[in-house]
Amino acid sequence: MSMVRLVRYEAVKTFLKKRTYLGFLIVALIVPIVEVSMKIEGGRFLQAATRSLQQDFILVGNLFNGWFVAHYLMYSLWFHIPLLITFVAGDQLAGEATAGTYRLILTRPVSRTQIFFSKYVVILIYSVMFVAFLALLSIGLAVALLGGGNLLVFDKGILILPEAEVAYRFCAAYIFATWSIVTIASIAFFFSSFVENAIGPIVATMGLLIIFVIVSVLPLEVFEPIRPYLFAKHMNLWQEAFREPIGWKEIGWGMLVLGGYSTAAVVGAWWIFTRKDILS
Amino acid sequence: MMSPEIVLQTQGLSKQFKRRWAVKDLNLEIFQGDVFGFLGPNGAGKSTTIRMLLSLIRPTSGTIKLFDEPLTVSKHDALRRVGGIVEKPDFYLYLSAFQNLEIVGALYGNVARARMMEVLDLVGLKDRAFDRVKTYSHGMKQRLGIAQALLSDPELVILDEPTSGLDPQGMKEVRDLILYLARDQEKTIFLSSHLLSEIELVANRMAIINRGELIVQGEVSRLLEEGEQYVMIRAEPIRKARAILNRLKKIVRSVSDAGENLKVVMSFDDIPAVNHSLVRGGVAVHAIVPRRSLEEYFLALTEQSLAAGSDMSHSNKSQKK
Repeated sequence: MSMVRLVRYEAVKTFLKKRTYLGFLIVALIVPIVEVSMKIEGGRFLQAATRSLQQDFILVGNLFNGWFVAHYLMYSLWFHIPLLITFVAGDQLAGEATAGTYRLILTRPVSRTQIFFSKYVVILIYSVMFVAFLALLSIGLAVALLGGGNLLVFDKGILILPEAEVAYRFCAAYIFATWSIVTIASIAFFFSSFVENAIGPIVATMGLLIIFVIVSVLPLEVFEPIRPYLFAKHMNLWQEAFREPIGWKEIGWGMLVLGGYSTAAVVGAWWIFTRKDILS
Repeated sequence: MMSPEIVLQTQGLSKQFKRRWAVKDLNLEIFQGDVFGFLGPNGAGKSTTIRMLLSLIRPTSGTIKLFDEPLTVSKHDALRRVGGIVEKPDFYLYLSAFQNLEIVGALYGNVARARMMEVLDLVGLKDRAFDRVKTYSHGMKQRLGIAQALLSDPELVILDEPTSGLDPQGMKEVRDLILYLARDQEKTIFLSSHLLSEIELVANRMAIINRGELIVQGEVSRLLEEGEQYVMIRAEPIRKARAILNRLKKIVRSVSDAGENLKVVMSFDDIPAVNHSLVRGGVAVHAIVPRRSLEEYFLALTEQSLAAGSDMSHSNKSQKK
């Protein structure tokens, strides 16, 4: 059985479903609302954010520009975008159980492994498309509305990145962001493999994210040994692309941890899916 | 004359969910060309059996052979030759019937568009092929279920309660389609139902299952002959009729009350003699209805099985005490 054909029909099933576009719709509403509001507000947002800095520094040039706003919107990758991703990833297997369509597809001369991976490939495609949509819309609209310039980044201090590097850094940041979003999608896919409705995987994935975020940021030494291994700790991997110098070591470790979670989630989901009794 | 090939065989097939046996030690044999009725009351284990036959669930023990090969060995080859409906047919409601069939067809490799239209035509859905399934009535979904089962032109068609929820006309259409598939298309049909009259009308062989266990299996005509014959008699005055019938010891094996009727166990050949005796005894006979259907037979068997189960449960309780 050709995997290409299976992936094609899984894509048809996914992309003809209205739920698939819910996340795109929300992003398509939120991004213009935020960016147009910022355009209307003008530099007041930046002035408020840099009030304490302005006592010691003089900030010159157009720092309240499209890049600044696009960078600001990337913080949605912490929680909002993962939530939207789970709407589809959590439904990918559980949705078939809910609809009773496992009975339609798993009684055919094709292995469950093939069906499983065709579904996962579609989730990967969806995740990449979704992050790419966010990137193109947020950067494109922000630069169109507010113009370009150097990028002001607040991190462990203040950093101004020259405009010539900004596009490259955004590109790298969104690649790292895609990697972390794929981890979230994989975890939702895992939870989707053993329940019969899509709500469970959404709640479970976001619950896990919240717990891990809390454990990651709580200033308690007891969590210190496990912190580097929590996927939530690395959800902000993309921020490394906006540091000087770029933290390649941190990026490498973060990608390894996130990749480990993705792999474990997919292997676990595959193990469950290929062995479970279909009772729905 | 060569005996027909066994298409489907189960040996000791069992499925346990936690502590409950849904199917236990089931031995079935379905021959090529059979319309095999798989009867049982709701919850008897029919759908669990079908789910095992179509590899949706794994048996706890026992074997399934499809086309003389164990399902575990040649699952894909076997499933290529089988089409089926498991319980109510469900589809991607937001897609059209044609798109649903395209998805199913893709799982077989390559099913031509013409074949998809052919099966839709066969079940009378050609005109609605490109409408979303969510606009379909229950009966249309049932027919689409049969269409997807036939898509790969399978040798064995497994239909799980295909007339469930249909109106009488719809039920007749499905029955006619099953007979057409068996006679004209030479397909072997495995038909599960709790509607016994339906099986009686189409099946040549059958098995009855209750509480997961096989009660009886064989040719429908032979099983019918084994079934108890009785007549329901409506007559006035009923007490006098009962007294006369009790005196006909050579003809009547037993008489019991059944509502306003008398249930009389006897051979149908003796109906004229019984009628004559009742009339001569001054009884007004309103009706004598011979009863010997598979349904009665089935009910008797399942009642026996239930009684046995109840006895066993009492016995277990006694042992515990």
